[in-house]
Amino acid sequence: MPTDTDAPITPANLVKQPGDQTYVSRAITIDRSRDVLYAFWRDPKNLQRLMDNVERIDVVDERRSHWVVKGPAGADIEWDSLIVEDDPGRRIAWRAEEGAQVANRGWVEFRDGPPGRGTEVHALIEYDAPGGVLGRLIAKLFQREPNTQTRRELRRFKQLMETGEITTSEGPRGAGRHEKEEA
Amino acid sequence: MRALTWHGKHDVRVETVDDPKIINPRDLILKVTATAICGSDLHIYDSFIPSMMAGDVLGHEFMGEVVEVGPALRGEGDNAPLKVGDRVVVPFNIACGNCRPCKTGQFSGCDNSIPAEKGDISEVAYGHAVSGIFDYSHMTGGYAGGQAEYVRVPYGDVGPVKVPDGLTDEQVLFLSDIFPTGWMAAENCGIEAGDTIAVWGCGPVGQFAIRSALLQGAAKVIAIDHHANRLAMAKAAGAEVLNYHEVKVREALMELTGGRGPDACIDAVGMEAHGFSPDNIADAAKAAVRLATDRTHALREVIMACRKGGHVSVPGVYGGVTDKFPVGAFMEKGLTMKTGQTHTQKYMKQLLELIQLGQIDPTFVISHRLPLEEAAQGYRLFKDNQDEVTKVVLRP
Repeated sequence: MPTDTDAPITPANLVKQPGDQTYVSRAITIDRSRDVLYAFWRDPKNLQRLMDNVERIDVVDERRSHWVVKGPAGADIEWDSLIVEDDPGRRIAWRAEEGAQVANRGWVEFRDGPPGRGTEVHALIEYDAPGGVLGRLIAKLFQREPNTQTRRELRRFKQLMETGEITTSEGPRGAGRHEKEEA
Repeated sequence: MRALTWHGKHDVRVETVDDPKIINPRDLILKVTATAICGSDLHIYDSFIPSMMAGDVLGHEFMGEVVEVGPALRGEGDNAPLKVGDRVVVPFNIACGNCRPCKTGQFSGCDNSIPAEKGDISEVAYGHAVSGIFDYSHMTGGYAGGQAEYVRVPYGDVGPVKVPDGLTDEQVLFLSDIFPTGWMAAENCGIEAGDTIAVWGCGPVGQFAIRSALLQGAAKVIAIDHHANRLAMAKAAGAEVLNYHEVKVREALMELTGGRGPDACIDAVGMEAHGFSPDNIADAAKAAVRLATDRTHALREVIMACRKGGHVSVPGVYGGVTDKFPVGAFMEKGLTMKTGQTHTQKYMKQLLELIQLGQIDPTFVISHRLPLEEAAQGYRLFKDNQDEVTKVVLRP
Protein backbone atom coordinates (compact mmCIF):
# COMPACT_ATOMS: atom_id res chain seq x y z
CA MET A 1 0.00 0.00 0.00
CA PRO A 2 1.59 3.21 -1.13
CA THR A 3 0.12 5.82 1.17
CA ASP A 4 1.27 6.55 4.68
CA THR A 5 -1.09 7.14 7.53
CA ASP A 6 -0.35 10.86 7.49
CA ALA A 7 -1.85 11.29 4.05
CA PRO A 8 -3.65 14.62 3.94
CA ILE A 9 -7.41 14.52 4.22
CA THR A 10 -8.95 14.39 0.79
CA PRO A 11 -12.03 16.51 0.11
CA ALA A 12 -14.98 15.14 2.05
CA ASN A 13 -16.48 12.04 0.46
CA LEU A 14 -13.93 11.79 -2.29
CA VAL A 15 -13.34 8.23 -3.40
CA LYS A 16 -10.21 8.00 -5.49
CA GLN A 17 -9.52 4.78 -7.28
CA PRO A 18 -6.01 4.78 -8.63
CA GLY A 19 -5.60 1.12 -9.49
CA ASP A 20 -7.23 -0.98 -6.82
CA GLN A 21 -7.15 1.46 -3.94
CA THR A 22 -10.10 3.21 -2.46
CA TYR A 23 -9.99 6.09 -0.05
CA VAL A 24 -12.94 7.32 1.94
CA SER A 25 -12.71 10.46 3.98
CA ARG A 26 -15.48 11.92 5.98
CA ALA A 27 -15.99 14.28 8.91
CA ILE A 28 -18.77 14.73 11.46
CA THR A 29 -19.14 17.06 14.45
CA ILE A 30 -20.15 15.54 17.77
CA ASP A 31 -21.16 17.47 20.87
CA ARG A 32 -18.86 15.53 23.22
CA SER A 33 -15.26 16.02 24.34
CA ARG A 34 -12.29 14.65 22.42
CA ASP A 35 -11.45 12.40 25.36
CA VAL A 36 -14.89 10.78 25.53
CA LEU A 37 -14.96 10.13 21.79
CA TYR A 38 -11.40 8.81 21.75
CA ALA A 39 -12.09 6.44 24.66
CA PHE A 40 -15.07 4.91 22.85
CA TRP A 41 -13.21 4.48 19.58
CA ARG A 42 -10.08 3.07 21.27
CA ASP A 43 -12.00 -0.08 22.30
CA PRO A 44 -12.61 -2.10 19.13
CA LYS A 45 -15.52 -3.96 20.79
CA ASN A 46 -17.46 -0.69 20.80
CA LEU A 47 -17.13 -0.22 17.06
CA GLN A 48 -19.21 -3.30 16.37
CA ARG A 49 -22.32 -1.39 17.48
CA LEU A 50 -21.77 1.17 14.75
CA MET A 51 -21.15 -1.16 11.86
CA ASP A 52 -23.65 -2.99 9.65
CA ASN A 53 -21.51 -5.67 8.07
CA VAL A 54 -19.25 -6.62 10.97
CA GLU A 55 -19.95 -10.10 12.32
CA ARG A 56 -17.47 -10.02 15.17
CA ILE A 57 -14.52 -8.13 16.58
CA ASP A 58 -12.26 -10.01 19.01
CA VAL A 59 -9.74 -8.04 20.99
CA VAL A 60 -6.44 -9.95 20.91
CA ASP A 61 -4.27 -7.62 22.94
CA GLU A 62 -3.77 -3.91 23.65
CA ARG A 63 -3.05 -3.15 19.99
CA ARG A 64 -4.43 -6.10 18.07
CA SER A 65 -8.00 -7.11 17.19
CA HIS A 66 -9.43 -9.79 14.92
CA TRP A 67 -12.18 -8.67 12.53
CA VAL A 68 -14.80 -10.87 10.86
CA VAL A 69 -16.88 -9.13 8.20
CA LYS A 70 -19.76 -10.45 6.13
CA GLY A 71 -18.32 -10.91 2.68
CA PRO A 72 -19.91 -11.43 -0.73
CA ALA A 73 -21.81 -14.67 -1.39
CA GLY A 74 -22.03 -15.56 2.28
CA ALA A 75 -18.26 -15.89 2.73
CA ASP A 76 -16.75 -14.14 5.70
CA ILE A 77 -13.65 -12.03 5.31
CA GLU A 78 -11.28 -11.97 8.28
CA TRP A 79 -8.17 -10.04 9.17
CA ASP A 80 -6.10 -8.91 12.11
CA SER A 81 -6.00 -5.20 12.71
CA LEU A 82 -3.09 -3.48 14.42
CA ILE A 83 -3.17 -0.05 16.03
CA VAL A 84 -0.05 1.69 14.72
CA GLU A 85 -0.56 5.14 16.22
CA ASP A 86 -2.26 6.02 19.46
CA ASP A 87 -2.34 9.63 20.59
CA PRO A 88 -4.87 9.70 23.46
CA GLY A 89 -7.68 12.19 22.89
CA ARG A 90 -6.39 13.06 19.42
CA ARG A 91 -5.72 10.28 16.94
CA ILE A 92 -5.83 6.54 16.36
CA ALA A 93 -4.36 4.91 13.24
CA TRP A 94 -4.56 1.25 12.30
CA ARG A 95 -3.71 -1.15 9.53
CA ALA A 96 -4.46 -4.74 8.66
CA GLU A 97 -1.54 -7.03 9.37
CA GLU A 98 0.47 -8.49 6.49
CA GLY A 99 -1.33 -11.12 4.44
CA ALA A 100 -4.86 -9.81 4.98
CA GLN A 101 -7.33 -10.78 2.24
CA VAL A 102 -8.37 -7.17 1.99
CA ALA A 103 -5.51 -4.86 2.83
CA ASN A 104 -6.90 -1.89 4.71
CA ARG A 105 -5.71 0.94 6.87
CA GLY A 106 -7.13 4.10 8.28
CA TRP A 107 -7.14 6.74 10.94
CA VAL A 108 -9.54 8.76 12.96
CA GLU A 109 -8.76 12.15 14.47
CA PHE A 110 -10.55 14.13 17.12
CA ARG A 111 -10.14 17.90 16.76
CA ASP A 112 -11.69 20.71 18.78
CA GLY A 113 -14.38 22.49 16.80
CA PRO A 114 -14.93 26.25 17.14
CA PRO A 115 -15.73 27.21 20.75
CA GLY A 116 -18.95 25.55 21.89
CA ARG A 117 -19.31 23.52 18.71
CA GLY A 118 -18.13 20.14 19.92
CA THR A 119 -15.45 17.90 18.47
CA GLU A 120 -14.77 17.36 14.79
CA VAL A 121 -14.23 13.70 14.04
CA HIS A 122 -12.25 13.13 10.84
CA ALA A 123 -11.83 9.66 9.44
CA LEU A 124 -9.90 8.29 6.48
CA ILE A 125 -10.11 4.67 5.42
CA GLU A 126 -8.25 3.00 2.60
CA TYR A 127 -8.90 -0.43 1.05
CA ASP A 128 -6.88 -2.47 -1.38
CA ALA A 129 -8.77 -5.46 -2.78
CA PRO A 130 -7.12 -8.44 -4.44
CA GLY A 131 -7.58 -9.36 -8.12
CA GLY A 132 -9.69 -12.12 -9.65
CA VAL A 133 -13.38 -12.93 -9.37
CA LEU A 134 -13.38 -12.92 -5.59
CA GLY A 135 -11.41 -9.69 -5.76
CA ARG A 136 -14.11 -8.08 -7.84
CA LEU A 137 -16.81 -9.21 -5.44
CA ILE A 138 -14.80 -7.91 -2.51
CA ALA A 139 -14.12 -4.71 -4.38
CA LYS A 140 -17.83 -4.29 -4.85
CA LEU A 141 -18.31 -4.63 -1.13
CA PHE A 142 -15.29 -2.67 -0.02
CA GLN A 143 -14.88 -0.08 -2.72
CA ARG A 144 -18.40 1.03 -3.46
CA GLU A 145 -19.86 0.50 -0.05
CA PRO A 146 -17.22 2.19 2.13
CA ASN A 147 -18.55 5.61 1.37
CA THR A 148 -22.04 4.62 2.46
CA GLN A 149 -20.83 2.51 5.37
CA THR A 150 -18.49 5.18 6.68
CA ARG A 151 -21.20 7.83 6.45
CA ARG A 152 -23.63 5.63 8.38
CA GLU A 153 -21.06 4.53 10.96
CA LEU A 154 -20.15 8.12 11.78
CA ARG A 155 -23.84 9.04 12.05
CA ARG A 156 -24.39 6.15 14.47
CA PHE A 157 -21.29 7.20 16.43
CA LYS A 158 -22.75 10.69 16.83
CA GLN A 159 -26.18 9.34 17.79
CA LEU A 160 -24.80 7.04 20.43
CA MET A 161 -22.43 9.63 21.90
CA GLU A 162 -25.00 12.44 21.97
CA THR A 163 -28.24 10.63 22.76
CA GLY A 164 -27.15 7.34 24.33
CA GLU A 165 -29.01 5.38 21.66
CA ILE A 166 -28.70 4.36 18.05
CA THR A 167 -31.72 5.77 16.27
CA THR A 168 -34.10 3.29 14.66
CA SER A 169 -37.49 3.48 13.02
CA GLU A 170 -38.11 -0.25 13.23
CA GLY A 171 -41.80 -0.71 13.80
CA PRO A 172 -45.13 -2.02 12.61
CA ARG A 173 -45.87 -2.12 8.90
CA GLY A 174 -48.78 -3.07 6.75
CA ALA A 175 -48.89 -6.08 4.46
CA GLY A 176 -47.48 -4.19 1.47
CA ARG A 177 -44.49 -5.53 -0.38
CA HIS A 178 -41.64 -3.49 1.03
CA GLU A 179 -39.66 -3.36 -2.16
CA LYS A 180 -42.56 -1.70 -3.96
CA GLU A 181 -41.19 1.77 -3.55
CA GLU A 182 -43.04 4.72 -5.00
CA ALA A 183 -41.04 7.25 -6.95
CA MET B 1 -53.50 -3.46 16.34
CA ARG B 2 -55.47 -1.61 13.68
CA ALA B 3 -53.62 1.04 11.68
CA LEU B 4 -54.01 3.10 8.53
CA THR B 5 -51.43 2.12 5.92
CA TRP B 6 -50.39 3.58 2.59
CA HIS B 7 -50.32 1.42 -0.53
CA GLY B 8 -50.02 3.87 -3.40
CA LYS B 9 -51.66 6.91 -4.91
CA HIS B 10 -55.12 7.38 -3.38
CA ASP B 11 -54.90 3.92 -1.80
CA VAL B 12 -54.87 3.87 2.00
CA ARG B 13 -56.33 1.04 4.08
CA VAL B 14 -57.03 0.25 7.70
CA GLU B 15 -55.48 -3.14 8.39
CA THR B 16 -54.17 -5.23 11.24
CA VAL B 17 -50.44 -4.84 11.86
CA ASP B 18 -48.06 -5.78 14.68
CA ASP B 19 -48.16 -3.74 17.86
CA PRO B 20 -45.20 -1.38 18.29
CA LYS B 21 -42.54 -2.29 20.84
CA ILE B 22 -40.07 -0.39 23.01
CA ILE B 23 -36.75 -0.65 21.19
CA ASN B 24 -34.54 2.10 22.60
CA PRO B 25 -34.16 3.20 26.24
CA ARG B 26 -35.88 6.55 25.75
CA ASP B 27 -38.88 5.16 23.79
CA LEU B 28 -42.43 5.21 24.97
CA ILE B 29 -45.55 3.53 23.64
CA LEU B 30 -48.67 5.61 23.33
CA LYS B 31 -52.26 4.38 23.17
CA VAL B 32 -53.68 6.83 20.66
CA THR B 33 -56.91 8.53 21.74
CA ALA B 34 -57.19 11.07 18.92
CA THR B 35 -55.39 11.66 15.63
CA ALA B 36 -56.00 13.96 12.70
CA ILE B 37 -55.42 14.00 8.97
CA CYS B 38 -53.02 16.78 8.03
CA GLY B 39 -52.99 18.70 4.75
CA SER B 40 -49.48 17.38 4.28
CA ASP B 41 -50.85 13.83 4.53
CA LEU B 42 -52.64 14.69 1.30
CA HIS B 43 -49.24 15.22 -0.38
CA ILE B 44 -48.55 11.58 0.54
CA TYR B 45 -52.06 10.51 -0.53
CA ASP B 46 -51.41 12.19 -3.89
CA SER B 47 -47.98 10.52 -4.18
CA PHE B 48 -46.12 13.83 -4.22
CA ILE B 49 -43.71 12.63 -1.53
CA PRO B 50 -40.99 10.31 -2.75
CA SER B 51 -39.68 7.30 -0.82
CA MET B 52 -42.99 6.07 0.59
CA MET B 53 -43.24 2.30 0.79
CA ALA B 54 -46.36 0.18 0.58
CA GLY B 55 -47.42 -0.71 4.11
CA ASP B 56 -46.18 2.49 5.80
CA VAL B 57 -48.38 3.46 8.76
CA LEU B 58 -49.63 7.04 8.32
CA GLY B 59 -50.38 9.88 10.71
CA HIS B 60 -48.24 12.55 12.38
CA GLU B 61 -50.86 14.49 14.34
CA PHE B 62 -51.78 12.41 17.38
CA MET B 63 -52.10 12.23 21.13
CA GLY B 64 -52.97 9.68 23.71
CA GLU B 65 -52.11 7.87 26.89
CA VAL B 66 -48.66 6.56 27.80
CA VAL B 67 -48.93 2.78 28.25
CA GLU B 68 -45.25 1.79 28.42
CA VAL B 69 -41.95 3.62 28.92
CA GLY B 70 -38.39 2.60 28.09
CA PRO B 71 -35.82 1.98 30.84
CA ALA B 72 -34.24 5.45 30.52
CA LEU B 73 -37.61 7.08 31.25
CA ARG B 74 -38.26 5.11 34.42
CA GLY B 75 -37.11 7.77 36.87
CA GLU B 76 -38.19 7.69 40.52
CA GLY B 77 -41.35 9.53 41.56
CA ASP B 78 -41.37 13.12 40.39
CA ASN B 79 -38.06 12.61 38.59
CA ALA B 80 -39.71 10.39 36.02
CA PRO B 81 -40.08 12.44 32.84
CA LEU B 82 -43.30 10.64 32.02
CA LYS B 83 -45.32 7.91 33.67
CA VAL B 84 -47.64 5.22 32.44
CA GLY B 85 -51.10 6.75 32.43
CA ASP B 86 -49.94 10.27 31.53
CA ARG B 87 -52.00 11.93 28.84
CA VAL B 88 -49.75 13.59 26.27
CA VAL B 89 -49.76 15.30 22.90
CA VAL B 90 -46.83 14.44 20.64
CA PRO B 91 -45.01 16.73 18.16
CA PHE B 92 -45.04 15.52 14.56
CA ASN B 93 -41.30 15.77 14.20
CA ILE B 94 -38.84 13.75 16.24
CA ALA B 95 -35.97 15.42 18.06
CA CYS B 96 -33.28 14.04 20.38
CA GLY B 97 -32.85 17.14 22.54
CA ASN B 98 -29.07 16.54 22.76
CA CYS B 99 -27.54 17.75 19.50
CA ARG B 100 -26.61 21.35 18.84
CA PRO B 101 -29.66 22.12 16.65
CA CYS B 102 -31.97 20.84 19.43
CA LYS B 103 -30.07 22.73 22.14
CA THR B 104 -30.48 25.95 20.17
CA GLY B 105 -34.21 25.43 19.59
CA GLN B 106 -33.87 24.23 16.00
CA PHE B 107 -35.66 20.99 16.79
CA SER B 108 -36.69 20.26 13.20
CA GLY B 109 -32.99 20.32 12.33
CA CYS B 110 -32.22 17.54 14.82
CA ASP B 111 -29.05 15.76 13.75
CA ASN B 112 -29.84 12.42 15.34
CA SER B 113 -33.50 11.54 14.86
CA ILE B 114 -33.09 10.03 11.42
CA PRO B 115 -31.82 6.44 11.42
CA ALA B 116 -28.29 6.37 9.94
CA GLU B 117 -29.31 4.20 7.01
CA LYS B 118 -32.27 6.47 6.16
CA GLY B 119 -30.26 9.68 6.03
CA ASP B 120 -28.71 9.04 2.64
CA ILE B 121 -31.72 10.07 0.54
CA SER B 122 -32.06 13.52 2.01
CA GLU B 123 -28.31 14.02 2.14
CA VAL B 124 -28.31 13.61 -1.62
CA ALA B 125 -31.55 15.55 -2.19
CA TYR B 126 -30.97 18.40 0.28
CA GLY B 127 -27.26 18.36 1.03
CA HIS B 128 -27.90 17.24 4.62
CA ALA B 129 -29.79 14.41 6.25
CA VAL B 130 -33.03 15.84 7.67
CA SER B 131 -34.63 15.02 11.00
CA GLY B 132 -37.21 12.34 11.63
CA ILE B 133 -40.95 12.88 11.15
CA PHE B 134 -43.68 10.38 12.00
CA ASP B 135 -45.17 8.72 8.90
CA TYR B 136 -43.68 11.16 6.43
CA SER B 137 -41.86 8.78 4.04
CA HIS B 138 -38.51 7.05 4.38
CA MET B 139 -36.70 10.26 3.57
CA THR B 140 -37.73 11.46 7.03
CA GLY B 141 -36.95 8.19 8.75
CA GLY B 142 -39.67 5.72 7.85
CA TYR B 143 -41.29 5.94 11.30
CA ALA B 144 -44.68 4.32 11.76
CA GLY B 145 -47.28 7.04 12.32
CA GLY B 146 -50.09 7.58 14.78
CA GLN B 147 -53.22 6.91 12.73
CA ALA B 148 -53.23 3.66 14.63
CA GLU B 149 -54.24 2.23 17.98
CA TYR B 150 -50.68 2.40 19.30
CA VAL B 151 -47.49 4.19 18.29
CA ARG B 152 -43.85 4.06 19.37
CA VAL B 153 -42.53 7.51 20.26
CA PRO B 154 -38.71 7.82 20.28
CA TYR B 155 -37.06 10.31 22.68
CA GLY B 156 -40.15 10.27 24.87
CA ASP B 157 -38.46 12.64 27.32
CA VAL B 158 -38.17 15.41 24.70
CA GLY B 159 -41.27 15.61 22.53
CA PRO B 160 -44.47 14.63 24.32
CA VAL B 161 -46.15 17.32 26.43
CA LYS B 162 -48.44 16.46 29.34
CA VAL B 163 -52.01 17.67 28.97
CA PRO B 164 -53.53 19.29 32.07
CA ASP B 165 -56.82 17.95 33.35
CA GLY B 166 -59.85 19.82 32.13
CA LEU B 167 -58.74 20.15 28.52
CA THR B 168 -60.32 17.88 25.94
CA ASP B 169 -58.37 15.93 23.32
CA GLU B 170 -59.74 18.15 20.59
CA GLN B 171 -58.59 21.33 22.36
CA VAL B 172 -54.95 20.20 22.47
CA LEU B 173 -54.57 17.77 19.54
CA PHE B 174 -53.39 20.47 17.14
CA LEU B 175 -50.41 21.31 19.32
CA SER B 176 -48.90 18.32 17.50
CA ASP B 177 -48.46 20.26 14.29
CA ILE B 178 -50.77 22.85 12.76
CA PHE B 179 -51.07 25.32 15.65
CA PRO B 180 -47.28 25.56 16.22
CA THR B 181 -46.81 25.55 12.44
CA GLY B 182 -49.17 28.49 12.00
CA TRP B 183 -47.60 30.22 15.01
CA MET B 184 -44.04 29.82 13.70
CA ALA B 185 -45.20 31.00 10.27
CA ALA B 186 -46.42 34.22 11.90
CA GLU B 187 -43.30 34.53 14.05
CA ASN B 188 -41.17 34.22 10.89
CA CYS B 189 -42.90 37.39 9.65
CA GLY B 190 -41.16 39.46 12.32
CA ILE B 191 -44.42 41.28 12.99
CA GLU B 192 -44.18 44.92 14.12
CA ALA B 193 -46.97 47.29 15.18
CA GLY B 194 -49.04 48.38 12.20
CA ASP B 195 -48.01 45.48 9.98
CA THR B 196 -50.27 43.93 7.38
CA ILE B 197 -49.77 40.20 6.87
CA ALA B 198 -51.08 38.38 3.80
CA VAL B 199 -51.72 34.64 4.07
CA TRP B 200 -51.95 32.45 0.95
CA GLY B 201 -53.99 29.33 1.67
CA CYS B 202 -56.79 29.13 4.24
CA GLY B 203 -56.34 25.47 5.05
CA PRO B 204 -55.73 24.48 8.66
CA VAL B 205 -52.17 25.90 8.78
CA GLY B 206 -53.32 29.10 7.12
CA GLN B 207 -56.16 29.39 9.65
CA PHE B 208 -53.75 29.07 12.56
CA ALA B 209 -51.30 31.47 10.87
CA ILE B 210 -54.08 34.07 10.57
CA ARG B 211 -55.00 33.78 14.26
CA SER B 212 -51.36 33.67 15.33
CA ALA B 213 -50.50 36.80 13.32
CA LEU B 214 -53.34 38.67 15.05
CA LEU B 215 -52.27 37.36 18.49
CA GLN B 216 -48.72 38.50 17.69
CA GLY B 217 -49.92 42.04 17.03
CA ALA B 218 -50.58 42.35 13.29
CA ALA B 219 -52.78 45.35 12.50
CA LYS B 220 -54.37 43.61 9.55
CA VAL B 221 -54.40 40.12 8.07
CA ILE B 222 -55.49 39.46 4.50
CA ALA B 223 -56.35 35.85 3.67
CA ILE B 224 -56.35 34.41 0.15
CA ASP B 225 -58.12 31.24 -1.02
CA HIS B 226 -60.95 30.22 -3.33
CA HIS B 227 -62.97 27.99 -0.99
CA ALA B 228 -65.98 29.90 0.36
CA ASN B 229 -66.12 28.04 3.68
CA ARG B 230 -62.43 28.46 4.32
CA LEU B 231 -62.62 32.17 3.51
CA ALA B 232 -65.60 32.48 5.87
CA MET B 233 -63.56 30.79 8.59
CA ALA B 234 -60.74 33.28 7.99
CA LYS B 235 -63.19 36.18 8.11
CA ALA B 236 -64.58 34.91 11.40
CA ALA B 237 -61.06 35.18 12.83
CA GLY B 238 -60.89 38.84 11.83
CA ALA B 239 -59.10 38.63 8.48
CA GLU B 240 -60.00 40.48 5.33
CA VAL B 241 -60.44 37.93 2.57
CA LEU B 242 -59.66 37.69 -1.15
CA ASN B 243 -61.06 35.01 -3.43
CA TYR B 244 -58.49 34.50 -6.17
CA HIS B 245 -61.22 33.32 -8.53
CA GLU B 246 -62.82 36.75 -8.24
CA VAL B 247 -59.96 39.24 -8.02
CA LYS B 248 -56.41 39.67 -9.24
CA VAL B 249 -54.56 38.99 -6.03
CA ARG B 250 -51.57 41.26 -6.44
CA GLU B 251 -53.64 44.23 -7.58
CA ALA B 252 -56.13 43.71 -4.74
CA LEU B 253 -53.33 43.48 -2.18
CA MET B 254 -51.79 46.71 -3.47
CA GLU B 255 -55.10 48.49 -3.09
CA LEU B 256 -55.66 47.09 0.41
CA THR B 257 -52.19 48.27 1.47
CA GLY B 258 -52.15 51.73 -0.11
CA GLY B 259 -49.77 50.56 -2.81
CA ARG B 260 -47.10 49.42 -0.35
CA GLY B 261 -47.69 45.69 -0.50
CA PRO B 262 -48.06 43.47 2.58
CA ASP B 263 -45.25 43.80 5.14
CA ALA B 264 -45.01 40.04 5.25
CA CYS B 265 -46.49 37.23 3.21
CA ILE B 266 -47.10 33.65 4.29
CA ASP B 267 -47.17 30.79 1.79
CA ALA B 268 -49.40 28.29 3.57
CA VAL B 269 -50.10 26.46 0.32
CA GLY B 270 -46.95 24.54 -0.49
CA MET B 271 -46.22 22.20 -3.31
CA GLU B 272 -49.70 21.44 -4.59
CA ALA B 273 -50.86 24.93 -5.52
CA HIS B 274 -54.15 25.04 -7.40
CA GLY B 275 -55.11 27.57 -10.00
CA PHE B 276 -55.04 28.06 -13.70
CA SER B 277 -52.16 30.41 -14.26
CA PRO B 278 -49.82 29.45 -17.10
CA ASP B 279 -46.84 28.81 -14.80
CA ASN B 280 -48.93 26.52 -12.60
CA ILE B 281 -50.17 24.48 -15.52
CA ALA B 282 -46.59 24.12 -16.75
CA ASP B 283 -45.55 22.98 -13.26
CA ALA B 284 -48.42 20.49 -13.07
CA ALA B 285 -47.40 19.02 -16.41
CA LYS B 286 -43.78 18.75 -15.32
CA ALA B 287 -44.70 17.26 -11.97
CA ALA B 288 -46.83 14.69 -13.72
CA VAL B 289 -43.82 13.50 -15.68
CA ARG B 290 -41.48 14.13 -12.76
CA LEU B 291 -39.30 16.74 -14.45
CA ALA B 292 -40.05 19.00 -11.51
CA THR B 293 -41.67 17.88 -8.29
CA ASP B 294 -43.09 21.05 -6.84
CA ARG B 295 -45.75 23.45 -8.10
CA THR B 296 -44.73 26.78 -6.71
CA HIS B 297 -47.32 29.23 -8.00
CA ALA B 298 -48.18 30.53 -4.53
CA LEU B 299 -44.56 31.17 -3.65
CA ARG B 300 -44.03 33.16 -6.86
CA GLU B 301 -47.08 35.30 -6.16
CA VAL B 302 -45.96 35.83 -2.55
CA ILE B 303 -42.58 37.16 -3.68
CA MET B 304 -44.12 39.45 -6.28
CA ALA B 305 -46.63 40.90 -3.81
CA CYS B 306 -44.43 41.39 -0.76
CA ARG B 307 -43.35 44.95 -0.01
CA LYS B 308 -39.72 46.03 -0.45
CA GLY B 309 -37.68 44.80 2.49
CA GLY B 310 -40.54 42.57 3.65
CA HIS B 311 -40.61 39.07 5.05
CA VAL B 312 -41.64 35.93 3.20
CA SER B 313 -42.62 33.06 5.50
CA VAL B 314 -43.03 29.58 4.05
CA PRO B 315 -44.72 26.97 6.26
CA GLY B 316 -46.10 25.28 3.13
CA VAL B 317 -44.37 22.00 2.43
CA TYR B 318 -42.00 21.69 -0.49
CA GLY B 319 -39.99 18.57 -1.19
CA GLY B 320 -38.08 18.83 -4.40
CA VAL B 321 -37.08 21.35 -7.03
CA THR B 322 -38.81 24.03 -9.03
CA ASP B 323 -37.99 26.51 -11.75
CA LYS B 324 -39.12 30.04 -12.59
CA PHE B 325 -38.34 31.09 -9.05
CA PRO B 326 -38.50 34.91 -9.21
CA VAL B 327 -35.02 35.37 -7.88
CA GLY B 328 -34.78 38.86 -9.39
CA ALA B 329 -37.79 40.15 -7.44
CA PHE B 330 -36.52 38.40 -4.34
CA MET B 331 -33.10 40.05 -4.57
CA GLU B 332 -34.00 43.47 -5.96
CA LYS B 333 -36.68 44.05 -3.30
CA GLY B 334 -34.36 42.90 -0.52
CA LEU B 335 -36.76 40.30 0.85
CA THR B 336 -36.07 38.00 3.78
CA MET B 337 -37.36 34.44 3.54
CA LYS B 338 -37.80 32.17 6.52
CA THR B 339 -39.07 28.65 6.28
CA GLY B 340 -38.59 25.15 7.64
CA GLN B 341 -40.41 22.31 9.25
CA THR B 342 -41.79 23.61 12.53
CA HIS B 343 -39.66 23.57 15.68
CA THR B 344 -42.78 22.17 17.33
CA GLN B 345 -41.10 21.28 20.65
CA LYS B 346 -40.12 24.94 21.10
CA TYR B 347 -43.72 26.19 20.95
CA MET B 348 -45.98 23.53 22.45
CA LYS B 349 -45.95 24.59 26.11
CA GLN B 350 -46.32 28.28 25.30
CA LEU B 351 -49.28 27.58 23.02
CA LEU B 352 -50.83 25.19 25.54
CA GLU B 353 -50.93 28.17 27.92
CA LEU B 354 -52.71 30.29 25.32
CA ILE B 355 -55.34 27.56 25.05
CA GLN B 356 -55.68 27.38 28.84
CA LEU B 357 -56.04 31.16 29.00
CA GLY B 358 -58.83 30.95 26.45
CA GLN B 359 -57.04 33.18 23.95
CA ILE B 360 -57.64 30.62 21.23
CA ASP B 361 -59.85 27.56 20.88
CA PRO B 362 -58.27 25.30 18.26
CA THR B 363 -61.43 23.20 17.88
CA PHE B 364 -62.78 25.79 15.42
CA VAL B 365 -60.90 24.00 12.63
CA ILE B 366 -62.57 20.59 13.06
CA SER B 367 -65.19 19.81 10.42
CA HIS B 368 -65.43 16.02 10.57
CA ARG B 369 -65.09 13.29 13.17
CA LEU B 370 -64.72 9.64 12.15
CA PRO B 371 -63.66 6.37 13.73
CA LEU B 372 -60.18 5.20 12.69
CA GLU B 373 -61.81 2.34 10.78
CA GLU B 374 -63.23 4.94 8.37
CA ALA B 375 -59.91 6.73 7.88
CA ALA B 376 -59.73 5.94 4.17
CA GLN B 377 -63.06 7.69 3.72
CA GLY B 378 -61.66 10.62 5.68
CA TYR B 379 -58.76 10.99 3.25
CA ARG B 380 -61.11 10.81 0.29
CA LEU B 381 -63.44 13.42 1.77
CA PHE B 382 -60.53 15.74 2.57
CA LYS B 383 -59.09 15.34 -0.92
CA ASP B 384 -62.34 15.77 -2.80
CA ASN B 385 -64.05 18.50 -0.79
CA GLN B 386 -61.52 20.91 0.56
CA ASP B 387 -64.11 23.63 0.86
CA GLU B 388 -66.21 21.80 3.40
CA VAL B 389 -63.55 19.60 4.99
CA THR B 390 -61.01 21.54 7.02
CA LYS B 391 -59.98 18.98 9.59
CA VAL B 392 -60.84 15.33 10.10
CA VAL B 393 -60.31 13.93 13.58
CA LEU B 394 -60.03 10.15 13.82
CA ARG B 395 -60.70 8.11 16.94
CA PRO B 396 -59.15 4.64 17.25
